[in-house]
Amino acid sequence: MTKPLLSVRDLKVEFPTRRGVLTALNGVSFDIMPGEVLGMVGESGAGKSLTGASIIGLLEPPGRIAGGEILLKGERIDNISPDAMRKVRGKRIGMVFQDPLTSLNPLYTVAKQLTETIMTHLPVSASEARRRAIALLDRVGIPAAARRIDDYPHHFSGGMRQRVVIALALCAEPELVIADEPTTALDVSVQAQIIDLIKEICAERNAAVMLITHDMGVIAETADRVAVLYAGRLAEIGTVHDVITRPEHPYTQGLMGSIPTLTQESDRLISIPGSMPRLNAIPPGCAFNPRCTQTFGRCTAERPDPIARPNGRQVACWLYDEEKAHG
Amino acid sequence: MLAYSLRRVLQSILVMLVVALISFALFRFVGDPVNSMVGQETSLADREALRRQLGLYDPFVVQFWNFITRAVQGDFGISYRLQEPVMKLILSRLPATLELALVSGTAAFILGVGFGVYTALNRRGLASNGIMTLSLIGVSLPTFLIGVLLIWVFAVELKWLPSFGRGDTVALTSWWTTGFLTPSGRASLVLPAVTLGLYQMTLIMRLVRAEMLEVLRTDYVKFARARGLSQRAIHFGHALKNTMVPVITVMGLQLGSIIAFSIITETVFQWPGIGSLFINSVKAVDVPVMAAYLMMIAAIFVIINLIVDILYYIVDPRLRLDGGGKH
Repeated sequence: MTKPLLSVRDLKVEFPTRRGVLTALNGVSFDIMPGEVLGMVGESGAGKSLTGASIIGLLEPPGRIAGGEILLKGERIDNISPDAMRKVRGKRIGMVFQDPLTSLNPLYTVAKQLTETIMTHLPVSASEARRRAIALLDRVGIPAAARRIDDYPHHFSGGMRQRVVIALALCAEPELVIADEPTTALDVSVQAQIIDLIKEICAERNAAVMLITHDMGVIAETADRVAVLYAGRLAEIGTVHDVITRPEHPYTQGLMGSIPTLTQESDRLISIPGSMPRLNAIPPGCAFNPRCTQTFGRCTAERPDPIARPNGRQVACWLYDEEKAHG
Repeated sequence: MLAYSLRRVLQSILVMLVVALISFALFRFVGDPVNSMVGQETSLADREALRRQLGLYDPFVVQFWNFITRAVQGDFGISYRLQEPVMKLILSRLPATLELALVSGTAAFILGVGFGVYTALNRRGLASNGIMTLSLIGVSLPTFLIGVLLIWVFAVELKWLPSFGRGDTVALTSWWTTGFLTPSGRASLVLPAVTLGLYQMTLIMRLVRAEMLEVLRTDYVKFARARGLSQRAIHFGHALKNTMVPVITVMGLQLGSIIAFSIITETVFQWPGIGSLFINSVKAVDVPVMAAYLMMIAAIFVIINLIVDILYYIVDPRLRLDGGGKH
């Protein structure tokens, strides 16, 4: 069995505030295998982006990692020096942000931003960096890359800019790319192109992808496995096929029920009553218990840990606890 | 670029014409010029002759035209008070003011940007908080009070620096005298320069700090971090350049006001510049000097604004609308 590229173990992220400490991520654990695409879904505020920011070491202060560990190829990267972490960022873990219109520095040409990044991480000359930059732009689908490279970001459309951002994230050949809602800010017509591009280009380079999104459709088409976050905790993780066709956690079931499909007969979508709890008001026991239709005594008393299920799936729900079934 | 500059130059000429109109109006509405020029004993016939000689009976438009054509040639008439050509008076006073403005402006710019960047990058440091607190004094204390306090401490009590005047000067050309070349000239510059520049420095510093903090929060800085660029490249390459765009405008205008409104500082330190020339002319209703001063200050502001606009154009590629291929 291959070793995971990235292991997140029991990650806990806290925000100290005047009214006490908010726990934004609590006991999140998952692995990403080399070359794998892991989708990460959840509502706004569930902690998807925070997970990404924690991995790449860019949590906004006062947020901090309060517990757990993050391992890249078996080596911890959550407690190394800022300088060592800087060498991981860009070089070993690349990141694509949500809004391509604001991700690029408006005052520098695309060439300058690309060669600057390449030369920071790779021991190449300026002319070699430029040659690589042009090849990369060409690969991400910028027409006439050799000419367009000297343009400024404002000369490119949104979709084209996201291609440039992808080129920037990939220019030092990272092993993992974290894509934080890479298509949310884009036109629907170019969303699929960008997702396909990320998937293709990462597969070519054998880079793993952590795809953060709230779009289940994107996950279904792109990811190998999917992790569902709820209120800073992992609700369910498993292969995309398993989770989408047979969701086990009641929250995932609700999430799937709320997606319109063309084949389904019913014309009403199921919505989950209530809303996700605020971070300072997470109920005791399972965070989902107030909205769950199958709550029983144990759910309000004890927090469920992820329970191993067939086919590598894990579900944090007492419904699947063996002890309960047998006793 | 050329069309843009040309358009801005035309606009500047228009502004100067309006200012000229206001200056010209001074002659007609601030008392009777003939009364100011002649003594009590002058006969009515002589006064009449003078009126004709001065062209005061010509139509308004003709008088205004004559005023402008003479002004363009640097002829603003004869000072009522000193009986010397106004242009010669101003030229003899201008070096003192320009040297003072140059020294205090440069110091304010360098220290302002330096402290601004430092306090933005070390937001919570002890030194930053100290600088920010002290800068409140610079913003809130009136200039004359700072000047008087400096004279009291450094000239009266410590006797380190002279309290008034320009010290010894060296004539460079027929009208340009400089205080830079003698020890007493340089010593004399210190206190007035500090007085004049302190407010500008704190203003620039607080502006740079605020802008820098804003820029450091932007997505492109976050993306630059995610690409693993060095702190140096992020802070001074990406952040500072974006900070300078709005700062340039304010600094241009501040440089104008250092020259224009050095009146208070020049009065406190009996500095022989155009500020003190102006204030003495106002006391004596010396209209030609006042009009020329007004025109000159307007010209300085217009020229600085023109330079600022062109600098803007150089710094920010988004303004170069005609350049590059729009996609």
